[in-house]
Amino acid sequence: MEKHDHSCPGNSRREFIKKSTALTAISMTPAAIVKAGENHEAIASFFEKTPLQMEVNGKAVQVLVDPGVSLLDMLREQLGLTGTKKGCDQGHCGACIVHVDDKRVNSCLTEAVDNNGKKITTIEGLASGDKLHPVQEAFIKHDAFQCGYCTPGQIMSAVTCIREGQAGSETEIREYMSDNICRCGAYPNIVAAILEAKNSGQKI
Amino acid sequence: MDKEKLYTATAGDDDDRVDGIEKVTGRAKYTADHHPENMAYAVFVTSTITRGAVKNFILSEARNAPGVLEIITHLNCPPIPGFRPWAKDPAKKGFEWRGLKPFDTNLVYYYGQPIALVIASTWEKAVNAAALVKADYITEEAETDFEKFRKEPGKLKPSGEYKRGEADAYKQADVFVENEYHMPVETHNPIELHATIAIWEGNEKLTVYDKSQGPKGTQSELARNFGLEEKNVRVITKYLGGAFGSSLRSWPHVAAACIAAKMVKRPVRLQLTRRQMFTMVGYRPMSWQKIAIGAMKDGKLTGITHHAISNTSRYEDFREGIVNASQYLYDCPNVNTSYKILPLDINTPTWMRGPGEASGAFALECALDELAYKLNMDPVELRIINHAELHPVSKLPWSSKFLKECYDKGRELVGWSKRATTPRSITEEGKLIGYGMGGGVFGASRGNATVKAVFTGEGKLTLYSAVSDMGPGTATAMVNIAADVLEIPVAKISFLLGDTEFPPGPTQGGSTTTSTMGTAVNLVCEMLKTQLLELATQPTAWFSGMTTSDLAFTNGYVYSKNDGTKKISLGDLVKASGKPQLEIIKESGPDPAVRSKYAMNSFSAHFVKVAIDPATGAIELKKVVCTGDGGKIVSPKTARSQMIGGAVGGIGMALTEEALVDTKTGKYLNDTLGSYIVPRHRDVPFIDTWFPDKPDPVINPMGSKGVGEIALVGFAAAVANAVFNATGKRITSLPIKPSMLK
Repeated sequence: MEKHDHSCPGNSRREFIKKSTALTAISMTPAAIVKAGENHEAIASFFEKTPLQMEVNGKAVQVLVDPGVSLLDMLREQLGLTGTKKGCDQGHCGACIVHVDDKRVNSCLTEAVDNNGKKITTIEGLASGDKLHPVQEAFIKHDAFQCGYCTPGQIMSAVTCIREGQAGSETEIREYMSDNICRCGAYPNIVAAILEAKNSGQKI
Repeated sequence: MDKEKLYTATAGDDDDRVDGIEKVTGRAKYTADHHPENMAYAVFVTSTITRGAVKNFILSEARNAPGVLEIITHLNCPPIPGFRPWAKDPAKKGFEWRGLKPFDTNLVYYYGQPIALVIASTWEKAVNAAALVKADYITEEAETDFEKFRKEPGKLKPSGEYKRGEADAYKQADVFVENEYHMPVETHNPIELHATIAIWEGNEKLTVYDKSQGPKGTQSELARNFGLEEKNVRVITKYLGGAFGSSLRSWPHVAAACIAAKMVKRPVRLQLTRRQMFTMVGYRPMSWQKIAIGAMKDGKLTGITHHAISNTSRYEDFREGIVNASQYLYDCPNVNTSYKILPLDINTPTWMRGPGEASGAFALECALDELAYKLNMDPVELRIINHAELHPVSKLPWSSKFLKECYDKGRELVGWSKRATTPRSITEEGKLIGYGMGGGVFGASRGNATVKAVFTGEGKLTLYSAVSDMGPGTATAMVNIAADVLEIPVAKISFLLGDTEFPPGPTQGGSTTTSTMGTAVNLVCEMLKTQLLELATQPTAWFSGMTTSDLAFTNGYVYSKNDGTKKISLGDLVKASGKPQLEIIKESGPDPAVRSKYAMNSFSAHFVKVAIDPATGAIELKKVVCTGDGGKIVSPKTARSQMIGGAVGGIGMALTEEALVDTKTGKYLNDTLGSYIVPRHRDVPFIDTWFPDKPDPVINPMGSKGVGEIALVGFAAAVANAVFNATGKRITSLPIKPSMLK
């Protein structure tokens, strides 16, 4: 069976928690609860969770996560931000790309706990209210997608492509964007959209 | 349930995709984006042998792992009515769940087959527990080596022969070519992972979010399988993240998710991993083809012989029309073909974009190119000489055929006049330059669909159908068709789809959706138009005294042809009638009379210019031109994207895609998107597209034939032929690799 690339070995982590975290807290914790923690999943998993604070799409967010949960799964399953997609969970396809502290990151390859205190922007945070981001507008105009599944990742990459000064030519754009697979094959339209957004003079 | 989503045209360009805003903002909800309350997560355990049986499971460690709710194996799976319906009713032989029946027996048919399912409170916990499931096996010798076993006639299943005129007539021709062609397993690998969410209400009602190209088909498969009434099964596919054929049928995971949800009495999501996308949802089968073509010195074809073998699984037969195009794409008096399938101990293949024809056209179109060189003739001229005016098999006239126009435009756009007739003649910047072309064909038809139309006093039209859209832009095309009939702005039209609560729509596949759905939309809108005109001319109404022929529609208004200032909005017309809204539901289907009089096909011609580095063999596509006769193009922007997408699929087929099946174990050796190489941005140049855009006079009211398959069929041959033109090397094995050209 496959295992998530970054999943923590569950048992050793559990052992550690049972033997250390819970027990070091014993002075403040009734013995009955510690005992329960050894037997009951609900209580044990409470002890395993790590509290995180992040800024997600401009809002302060507090979230408790299990070890081994990727940033991608935290965004999708816990925060309900399903715009960011799971395409391979192996860092190959780019569908999960988000911005972490303004840099593009494959959110499937980074654990949620490693992003404590960071600023995350997902596709849901790109537009300003009803006003689409210039890259989103250009994607619609140039029909830079078909099924739309890889589109959030393509757009998040496209934005950093322009911001990082990598959109000087079609060749440069193609190279930078090659981390994002589009199986429907909208590549030429994506390149056209990025060029237009870059040349529009709007703030990207 | 999620809030209903309306595909509504936006105020921007009329050409834009109607669901564009949803897709660029992340609001579009695909199957795995749904999250019903109290949902549990399921993960498959898969076989680590190729053929045999599970002797016993060791589940204690997995059962005790955190968060585990249930582990399903053949030992505890409840009886599923559709797995052996004949046990109760012998007449139901052949009505069982198609293909592999998950947890039905302990038998193992291939490496990577699902043998158990772990359901846990979170996905991570299910993954961890699945890794703890142990199985002991009884193993049997397996056969997975296609190249070895295709040569053993006793192992092959005959799957059709065809002959007109004399067999093997090519041998008597002035000039002939014969060659063998090889294609590897190609996988669909849409970027959306296949997923199913199953929700039971009691034992009789099932709601399923599923990645399905045909929600109605999935509904009926699930109803049969679980012994439910169809009306008690709801299938929802609001957005579909690509499929290319992989979602044309329900695979084992769809049944497994439903079984799991029933057992744990909670909603369950089962999303495949990328590795499982290779072993559980089909692929284009590997194939061997031998083709021979003979011609007179003037280029007239005298004989085509085409034999093909493709693989299937041990537990299911899969066949496709791999030799069909050789029977009818060109005019030739003598044609014989044969097709056989070879069962192997690997998973079942399925239809993948341009099924059959895409593989067959690689051989046919390369062989024609080879023949053209032998005749010292332009490959396009050779095709024009052998252009079929009538369908060579049925002898029926084509409903429409503008393939010659495609040849002409393709030649012009790619710069064919610069092509050298002798290979290795042109260099640019130290690279060998070559031009090549390949033709494509696919069936065109229309099936049954029902559409409901609701027109309100606000002048808004909403259309409903269960059809789903894997990406080509069905809602956009339908909104355009409705706007054309009723002459109302696209912004006032919505198309609701992807839900079996809506009237039955077709499965999206075989380039038939626009034809089938569009006919139903056209029909219902024509009926609506008639009703609106009748309302307008009633004695008490706005245009009383006039007849319907005195009136016309424009921009959401009906007006008098004699006095253009006398007009009323269609919404006000409904309001004035006193009715809250107009509602029509109508079914449409194929016209058998037309079907028996005409042959119906879409056609394409692809042209490419390649540059090849003679030192490394690296292949660069300098120019790509795809022309396609798909009849009238109802939605130009999305049709162009579809054509570009087909070309990108063709680039993959020609140059990168090859799933390596281990000849000992049948294990996929490159089952990730990092090792199964699909085209990326850097591999794809600007792609020029062109359509004759001529309406087919009979196929449907729009005259639209469809472009989804012809966008791909013939493309790989165009690349291989350009490679020959550049290097003088005839590559007959896909994908073409630089190492073959050094």
